[in-house]
Amino acid sequence: MKLKGWKDIPWGGLILEAGNAQKYETGGWRTFRPIWHEDKCKQCLFCWIYCPDGSVIVEDKKVKGFYYEHCKGCGICAQECPFEAITMEEESKFRKDQGGRP
Amino acid sequence: MEKVMAFTGDEIAAEAMRQINPDVLAAYPITPQTETVQKFSEFVAEGRVSTDMIRVESEHSAMSACVGAAAAGARAMTATSANGLALMWEIIYIAASYRLPIVMPVVNRALSGPINIHCDHSDSMGARDSGWIQLYSENCQEVYDNLIQALPIGEDRNVLLPVMVCFDGFIISHGTEGVAVLEDKVARNFIGEFKNIHSLLDIDNPVTYGPLDLFDYYFEHKRQQVEAMEKAPEVVKKVGKQFGELTGRFYGLLEDYHLQDADLVVIAAGSTAGTVKATVDELREEGVRAGLLKIRTFRPFPQKEIIQKLSKAKAVAVMDRSASFGAIGGPIFLEVRSALFEEQKKPLVISYIYGLGGRDTGINQIKQVYHDLAKAAQSGKVSQLVNYLGVRE
Repeated sequence: MKLKGWKDIPWGGLILEAGNAQKYETGGWRTFRPIWHEDKCKQCLFCWIYCPDGSVIVEDKKVKGFYYEHCKGCGICAQECPFEAITMEEESKFRKDQGGRP
Repeated sequence: MEKVMAFTGDEIAAEAMRQINPDVLAAYPITPQTETVQKFSEFVAEGRVSTDMIRVESEHSAMSACVGAAAAGARAMTATSANGLALMWEIIYIAASYRLPIVMPVVNRALSGPINIHCDHSDSMGARDSGWIQLYSENCQEVYDNLIQALPIGEDRNVLLPVMVCFDGFIISHGTEGVAVLEDKVARNFIGEFKNIHSLLDIDNPVTYGPLDLFDYYFEHKRQQVEAMEKAPEVVKKVGKQFGELTGRFYGLLEDYHLQDADLVVIAAGSTAGTVKATVDELREEGVRAGLLKIRTFRPFPQKEIIQKLSKAKAVAVMDRSASFGAIGGPIFLEVRSALFEEQKKPLVISYIYGLGGRDTGINQIKQVYHDLAKAAQSGKVSQLVNYLGVRE
């Protein structure tokens, strides 16, 4: 996202565009990554309810994975999952695999 | 048509606030501001204003409530002094940075410690970098006039900054004077309506106040505040002129008194400017070319006007009713001296710290200042750069 100059932004840090947090990618904050294990998942949607950031992808009322652009790796989903269908793994592993990118 | 009536500074501040009729007033009592809010609470009880008065548990809460109310689109006010202002500290910066034009009488009182309830400017001078406009008042009339003008200044679309209307504790706040007061209708028409274009209650145009603002945008938002302050002088002058057309009392950033041909100039803010005027009158009778330059707006600082007004002066004394510990003289002195730095021809400038904790400063002391200035002008040298007027050695 190209950063704007002081003449082109609302004053006082006000946000005038509802929902624009979606444009602000916070996945880079993550040190642990949630991994979804489809075989163990019972589709209870606890992870979707508990995620503070709306980072659980749900399609047709079914969990499909995570939005890694926004997931900060807090681990609440893994903690709340009753079926151990989500595990937290070190982000560095994946960064190496992906050429240093989250 | 104006009516002249007797008011103390606190009472006339309350009277101005009655005419302003803010949507929200959140305040906590502190000497010497107490009577302002006490009087205003009577107006609330009598139903003479439609203000929601919030009785908060501290000044921190008072300013927080004002910020919330103003962000919701209300015209919000409070009033405070000294330690009360200090307790608001965190939130006064937030009010300014969210660009909420809250208007607040600050009844100047010395900051503790040791504890003291009398006048000096250590409270508001400490807030000089908070992003608030500061208007200083010489007497009860100016308390009224500044308060009525503060709203159209702060609420101007090009400014949108909160405004402190400063007046000296006890000397003005508890001194009774005749004050010309506008009719309610006329005053309210002058003040106009306030419409916050980004109101939290406007659900059709949702807005977020107070999101995290890190290294990517915080600097840009501070730059915007600088710009708002730079736009403010024109607005202060415009409103001062409009007010003058209505009342005959014209206001600018500064006021000068016998300055035209003055060799020796004293710069002062607040009630002491009145004492300096009386001193100038006496000295003029003795043939001394003495003059006064009164600071009305310390924020924004009227640099250009000060340079122009001091272009003929030989020696200038800047009187500060506050100390800036560890600095080279008082805050007004530092900025006046700095403003003159680039000038080829500039007067000698001397700092006088005076009146701390309400120490009385009379004509004889100010005569001494002019005497020092005469000596400096004659010798072309400043013998003592920073002076403490009226302190016992």
